[in-house]
Amino acid sequence: MTEPLFPQPTGTMGRPYRRYEAHEKVNGTATYASDVRLAGTAHAYLLASKIGRGRIEAFDLTAALAVPGVVDILTHETVGGQIRQTPSLYTGGYAADSVRPLGSADVAYWGQPVALVVADSYEAAREAAQKIDVAYAVAEAASSFDSGGAEHSELEQHALRVGDFDGAFAAAPFKIDAHYSTPVQHHNAMELFATQCVWDGDRLTVYEPGQYLNNIKYGLAEQLGIDPERIRVVNAYVGGAFGAKGFLTQRTALVALAARRVGRPVKLVATREQGFFLSAYRAETRHHVQLAADQEGRLLAHRHEGWELTSRADLLAFGGNGMTVRLYACPNIESRVNVARVDRSTPGFMRGPAEVPYAFALETALDELAYAAGLDPVELRRINDTDVEPVGGLPYTSRSLMQCFDAAGAAFGWPDRTAEPGSMRDGDWRVGWGCAAAFYPAYAASSSARVRLHADGRVHVASGGHELGQGMYTMMAQVAAERLGVPMDRVSVSLGDTDLPPAIVAGGSSSTTSVAPAIMAACDAIRRRLGLDEGSQGDVVAAMVASGTGMVEEYAETRAHGEAPDTMRRLHRGQAAPSGGIHLEDRVQFALGAQFVEVRIHARTREIRVPRAVGAFAAGRIINPRTAHGQLVGGMIWGISSALMEHTDIDPRNAGYINANLADYLLPVNADIGTVQAIMVPEVDDLVSPAGVKGVGEIGTVGTAAAISNAVHHAIGKRLRDLPLRIEHILEDI
Amino acid sequence: MQPFQYIRPASLAEMVMAEREARSRDAAARTAYIAGGTTLVDLMKLNVEQPDRVVDLNAIAPAFSAITLDGSTLRLGAFAKMAAVADHPAVIGGFPVIAESLSLAASAQLRNMASLGGNVLQRTRCAYYGDPAWTACNKRAPGSGCAARDGVNRQHAVLGVSDHCIASYPGDFAQALMALDATVILVGAEGTRSVPFASLHREPGDTPDAETTLRPGEVITEFVVDGGPWARRSRYLKIRDRQSYEFAVASVAVALDLVGDTVRDVRIALGGVATVPWRAYDAETMLRGRSLDEAAAADAAELAFASAVSHTHNAFKIPLGRSAIVRALLETAAMEVRRD
Repeated sequence: MTEPLFPQPTGTMGRPYRRYEAHEKVNGTATYASDVRLAGTAHAYLLASKIGRGRIEAFDLTAALAVPGVVDILTHETVGGQIRQTPSLYTGGYAADSVRPLGSADVAYWGQPVALVVADSYEAAREAAQKIDVAYAVAEAASSFDSGGAEHSELEQHALRVGDFDGAFAAAPFKIDAHYSTPVQHHNAMELFATQCVWDGDRLTVYEPGQYLNNIKYGLAEQLGIDPERIRVVNAYVGGAFGAKGFLTQRTALVALAARRVGRPVKLVATREQGFFLSAYRAETRHHVQLAADQEGRLLAHRHEGWELTSRADLLAFGGNGMTVRLYACPNIESRVNVARVDRSTPGFMRGPAEVPYAFALETALDELAYAAGLDPVELRRINDTDVEPVGGLPYTSRSLMQCFDAAGAAFGWPDRTAEPGSMRDGDWRVGWGCAAAFYPAYAASSSARVRLHADGRVHVASGGHELGQGMYTMMAQVAAERLGVPMDRVSVSLGDTDLPPAIVAGGSSSTTSVAPAIMAACDAIRRRLGLDEGSQGDVVAAMVASGTGMVEEYAETRAHGEAPDTMRRLHRGQAAPSGGIHLEDRVQFALGAQFVEVRIHARTREIRVPRAVGAFAAGRIINPRTAHGQLVGGMIWGISSALMEHTDIDPRNAGYINANLADYLLPVNADIGTVQAIMVPEVDDLVSPAGVKGVGEIGTVGTAAAISNAVHHAIGKRLRDLPLRIEHILEDI
Repeated sequence: MQPFQYIRPASLAEMVMAEREARSRDAAARTAYIAGGTTLVDLMKLNVEQPDRVVDLNAIAPAFSAITLDGSTLRLGAFAKMAAVADHPAVIGGFPVIAESLSLAASAQLRNMASLGGNVLQRTRCAYYGDPAWTACNKRAPGSGCAARDGVNRQHAVLGVSDHCIASYPGDFAQALMALDATVILVGAEGTRSVPFASLHREPGDTPDAETTLRPGEVITEFVVDGGPWARRSRYLKIRDRQSYEFAVASVAVALDLVGDTVRDVRIALGGVATVPWRAYDAETMLRGRSLDEAAAADAAELAFASAVSHTHNAFKIPLGRSAIVRALLETAAMEVRRD
C-alpha cells in the first residue's frame, strides 16, 4: 500500500467505518433467505418451459407423482385461478412482468415456469420435475430485433427535439455518424433466487432476498387475494441484487400457494439456469448516434436514436437518450427511442439500466469525434462542459465532470499518452489508453425511519431498507451516530423487514439519499425532545440522564424534492419510486465521473486484456468512503465484464438461452482484473437531499465499456461499436 | 438426476468382476465410472447422463496415482489429481507442456478433485449436448440430428467435424499427451493393453455417440510418456476469452527438437478447434528439416487448417488457430532448454 485507500474525512467526505455486519459475513453466520431453517420444510423445484412460444396441450404427471417423497405438483391445471393477476410495475402494479404465475396453458417465452414440484427433499423434487412429461403445441418464437414476428414501434414519450438538427449537422465541419449495439446480459449475483414461505393460520411469512420487500408484500397480497397486513416479508441480507431482486417475480406466489396447499413451510432455491428466466435482465440495444462539431470542437448537433427490446407482455423502454443528450452543451438535438416486442421474458433493471447502453454509444461516438476533430478526448469534453442542460435549459444542482477527468487523468498518467492509434507497444502487446465519462442521475424518494435512544447511550435505528452488500447497515448506524453524537458501537440497526417503517426500493442508487434524511429527521426530533438544538454539539446521553427518561423514540418521514403529493400514501403501499435526475421541473441532478482504462492486445492472437482502470467520481456527500469505494470498484469491474465477456447466447430458432450457466456465461475471474482505482472527488450539493448525497451504486459501471472500446481503438486503430468486444472482432486488424 | 445403483469396488479385479456380472444380468445397463466426478455429476444433475450404475473407483485410485520418472520415461497414474501432476518438479522440468496444460485448465478447486483419466475423457461443452431440451443431438441421442450446426456454434470445432457432429473436444491435457506421443494403459475384462493415446478418441463421423475406442468396462490406469529434447522444449499456449477457469477458444501444444534453428523433430497438437485431441501431422512433416522462422511457422499453420470446415459463428477459429500455431512455435523455439 503506497497511499491510503480512502480520503481523509473532511467536509462532505465521511469516515470509513468498517462494515456493521462484516463479522457475520466473514464468519458465515449472516443469515440469507435460503439459510433460514423452518421445521418441516418441503422443498420445491421449478420446471421451466423449454419452448419459446406455444401452448401446453397436456401434462403427464404419472412418473413424477410416483417419485417417493413428492407431495404436490402445481401446474396451471392444478392451480386454476388461485393466483390473481397483479399489474406489472410498469403499469402501476408490483410485478416484474405481466405473466400471471401458472396462469394458463400459454407459454410466452423460453424458461417460463410451467410447474412447481413440492417434495420432502430437494433431490426428490428435482427428479420428479425431470420426469414431468409436457406435451406442447409449439409456435414460432421471435427472439430479437430482426426476427419475423417482432413488433416494432416508436415510444413517443422519449422523443426530443431542440433547434434544427438536420441543418446544423449538414453544415458542420466535423461529423460522426455511426451505429452501436449492446448485448443481452443476465444477472448472476452469487446468491440464487430463493424463496421460503410459511403460514401460521392466515398469516404468511416470506423469506426472500429483495431490494424492495414492501413491493413483495403488497403485490403478493393482491395475487393471493388477502389482506397485506397478514403478510410479513423478512430478509436481513441480500447476496447481490443489482436490479434482479427488485420486484415481485412469479416464484413468490407459487411458493406461498404451495405452502398453503401442503400445510408446511416450502423452500425454493431456483437453479443458476432458472435465474436467467425468473427475473429481469438487460436486453440488447441498438443505437444510431450522429454528432457534429465546429472547428473548435464545440458540439453543434447531437442526434441519438435508440432501439430497445421487450417482451410481448410488457411494453417498456429505458430511454437513456433523455440523459445522454443533456450531458453536454449542444444547440441542436434530436432523439427518439423505438422498441421491439418479442417472445422473451420481460427485461428490466440491471445496474445502470438506461445509462450503461446509451453511455456506451455516446461516449464512444465522442471519442470518434475527438479523433475526427484532432482533439484530445478529455479536452473535447471540457470544451462542451456545461452547468445547464441543453434541452430544457435547467441547471445542474452541481456538476464536477471535469474535476473527475482531471483527477482520474492525473492518477492514470494520461498526459504520457501518444494520440496516434497503434503508437504504444510493449513487446508483443499493443497498448491502448481510453477514457469516457460516467453519469448517473441523483434520485431520491420518500422514506421513513424510527430512532430510539436509551439512557445508557444505546441507539437503535430502524427502517425497512435493504442490505444488498452496498453498506446499508453501516450507513444507517453512521448517520444516527453522527447526528446524535454517540459512538458507532453504541448503535444497532434493524432493516429488511416489512414490519419496520417503510423505506424506498434499494435501487436507482437512491437508498442512502432517501433513508439518511429520515434517520436525520428522527434524530433531530429526539434532540428537540431533549431540549437540544438540532445542530448543537449537546450531549444527548447527558440530556437523557438529566431528563430522567429511560428511553426516547422518534419516527420521521421525509419526502424528496419534486415528489407528488400522494408520495407518502404510495410509500406505505410499497410503491415509492425514486424521482430526480431529469424528471424535475426546476433542475437536473446527476452524479458524474470519468473513467480511464489501459488495454493490451496481443499482436498475434488478439486477446484483449485490461491491466488497469482508474475512475474518479463526484457524487455529493460520501457518508462512508469504505463502502462507497467497494461499490465504485465493483461497478468498474462489472463494466469490464460487461464490455468484454457477458453475453447471453440466444438460439433464434426458438428464442432459447443456450449458455445459461456460469461455465458458459462468462464473468471475469481474479486473473482478468488488474489494478482498479476509484477516486472520490469531493463535492458539495445541498440541493439533492438534506443529506447531500447523490449515490454511488451504479455510476461505476456506466463509463467503463466506452473507455475500453476507445482504448482498443487507440491500441490498434480499429473502432469497435458492438459489445462484447471479442477476439474475432479484431483478428484481421493488427 | 435420477436414482442409480452405487458400487465401490475394493480392487481392480473386483471392479472387472462386478462389471462382468452386471453385464450378464442386463447387457443394456448403463455403467458410469466416477473418480473426481467433476464432469459426471454435473451431467447427471442436468439429466444428460442417466447411468443405471455408478462405479466409484476411488478405493482403487491410490494404486494408480503415482507420478514416477523411470529413466527418461514419465509414468502418470490415471488417478493422479491434475494439481499433483501440474506441480510435480519432474513434470515441470522435463515435460513442461504437461504441467502447463494442466495448470491452465479449469480452476484450482477442480484440479484438486479431477483425475487424469477422467480429464482426458471429459465430455464436450456443446450447449446442445448439455441440455436434453434440445432433442437433436447425435451424441446424446444417436440419429436425432445436430442442433449445433445451424445453432449458436462459436465454441464448436472446425477440424474433424462431420455432418453429424461439430462438438469440440474441451480438454487441455490431452493435447500435451498428443504432442508427446504418449501411450495409455487400459485394464478391462480382457486384461491389460497399451495403446497410443492418439488412438483413444474417435472422430465423430456418423457415430458421434462413440467417443473413444475404450472397450465396455475398460478403465485407464496409466499414461506413459517418453522424455527427450522435444519433451523438454515443449509448451502449451491457450487462447481463451478469460484468463483463467475457461476452456480454450484455440490452444496449441508444441514439442520441438531443434538443432540450431533447424527442426529435427516437432509435434503440434491442437485444442479448442477440433472434435478430438488433434495432431497437425502435415504441418509437422513440412517443418522437419526446415529452419524455424516466421515464414516456416506460417506455412505450418496454413497446412494445419487446410481441412478446416467452419459454421455460422466459428470461422474465426481458423485464422485464430493459425496465429496461435505461429505464436506457439516461435515461443517454443525461443525457450531456453538444456541439451544433453
